Amino acid sequence: MSIVVNNLTKRYNDQLALDDISFEAQHGQITGLVGPNGAGKSTTMKILTCFIPATSGEARVCGKDVNDDSIDLRQQIGYLPEHNPLYKSMYVREYLNFVCKIHQIKDAKSAISRVIEKVGLTEERHKKINQLSKGYKQRVGIAQALIHDPKVLILDEPISGLDPNQLEEIRMLISGLKEDKTIIFSSHILQEVESICDKIVILNKGKIAADDMLANLKSKGIQELIEVEFLMPVEKSTLLSSFQEIGVESISKTQFILTPKTESDIRGDIFDFAVKHNNKLIGLQKRKSSLENVFKNVTKSQDN
Amino acid sequence: MISVYYKELKNFLSSLTGYIAIIIFLVVCSLFVWVITENNLFNYNYASIAQLFDIAPLVFIILIPGITMNAFAEEKQNGTIEFLTTKPLSDFQIISGKYLAAMTIVFLAILPTLIYYYSVYQLGSPKGNIDTGAVIGSYVGLFLLAGIFAAIGMFMSILTSNQIAAFILTAFACFFFYWIFDFISELPAFYGKVDDIIKGIGIDYHYTNISRGRIDTRDVVYFLSMILFFLWLTYVTLDKRKW
Repeated sequence: MSIVVNNLTKRYNDQLALDDISFEAQHGQITGLVGPNGAGKSTTMKILTCFIPATSGEARVCGKDVNDDSIDLRQQIGYLPEHNPLYKSMYVREYLNFVCKIHQIKDAKSAISRVIEKVGLTEERHKKINQLSKGYKQRVGIAQALIHDPKVLILDEPISGLDPNQLEEIRMLISGLKEDKTIIFSSHILQEVESICDKIVILNKGKIAADDMLANLKSKGIQELIEVEFLMPVEKSTLLSSFQEIGVESISKTQFILTPKTESDIRGDIFDFAVKHNNKLIGLQKRKSSLENVFKNVTKSQDN
Repeated sequence: MISVYYKELKNFLSSLTGYIAIIIFLVVCSLFVWVITENNLFNYNYASIAQLFDIAPLVFIILIPGITMNAFAEEKQNGTIEFLTTKPLSDFQIISGKYLAAMTIVFLAILPTLIYYYSVYQLGSPKGNIDTGAVIGSYVGLFLLAGIFAAIGMFMSILTSNQIAAFILTAFACFFFYWIFDFISELPAFYGKVDDIIKGIGIDYHYTNISRGRIDTRDVVYFLSMILFFLWLTYVTLDKRKW
């Protein structure tokens, strides 16, 4: 296990940011930390990168506690903080050179060229950082985290605010890195995480709401839904009594979302139901719930 | 440490504020030494540059906060402090790198005033009639004084993420430690009793001693311990990461 978090709690004055969370992240996998704003994603990352101490509990990276020997540990972590702080008055190469010096990289020149090529900054490499667009700044931030070839990569919202093309490129870049690294990646947008993560930890209000492999989460949470629209109002109770093994959620008096609990296709039965009640069917569509539903369900159930 | 040092130095020398601070420092010092005040060098008729060392504390109160205000306040405002403290750098390396860079800038600002010494040396009658030893001692004192002010500046800069606030706090704290104890010691309540001790807490007392060119170990120890004290406070604040 490259990253192990055990009963971690963080309290900011009287506000509880992390409430006794435990999870693990494995080598060769991308672990997504997902959750609504203020769920404690950044706090977790700040503790893992030795920026702030935890109130209680333990966080281990590469087998070492983040509080002991943290200088040596920081050498093995590549971290992109939230909001991507950069020295804006520096030039791209100058900045990366500074990072090389901090990490005591001997052959700084080739390390810089390599990382610039990797993150796709070649055309912008002679510019000042504050002249770069947001997407390119983000790449400089990622370059800074990658330059010393760290074993652990911690990226706090690395792809928020990028345009779709940039998003795809950065996604590819991060996916390509996972072979020999442990990557933790945070986001409040599920689709971002869904496309590249192997494992997902959903945080909500400082607690872990779900922690599983992406595939498992999907199989657990994803189900078929049938959206129905009638011409005239229908009582929810009539629907419930006419069909067995079904969940009904009414959107309006004429619109419903049906969730069949069996595998069988009930769309034909719905049509018959409309005919039987002298009603007309004006909409009938089958779709699958997305991971978004899983997210909504787990975060909601915790709220209640 | 070297990497932080170079980065700070570059940052300062590539910004306009840095040069403005140095230029204003030199202009004000030159004016006081050579032109304004009744006992400027030409009226005074003595081959000494004591005027420089008299006016320097006052000018330092503006110059040094200007140099140190960026040290941590800017990093905190931009969030780069998170970058810096999660890299394999110890808090000691970060603080010493920044402190040495600030002292280098002060050194660069003071350096041109050696021209005053050279001029007086040439103008002296007979030529070279200036107490070189005293001047060297005074320069050591000036540098130590800058050392305390810069250490205060580091501490104030880490307390806030607002550069202007850091500037004002530093200027006030420098003023406070330089003069206030001198005033307090003259209060009737203390006079003749503990006034020597109170005076000794302030910087003025020690600086006046040293700027006469007499380097006394007691004064040097005072200066060094004040510098270490404020750098230690900075270290404790950075270590706690409470901002």
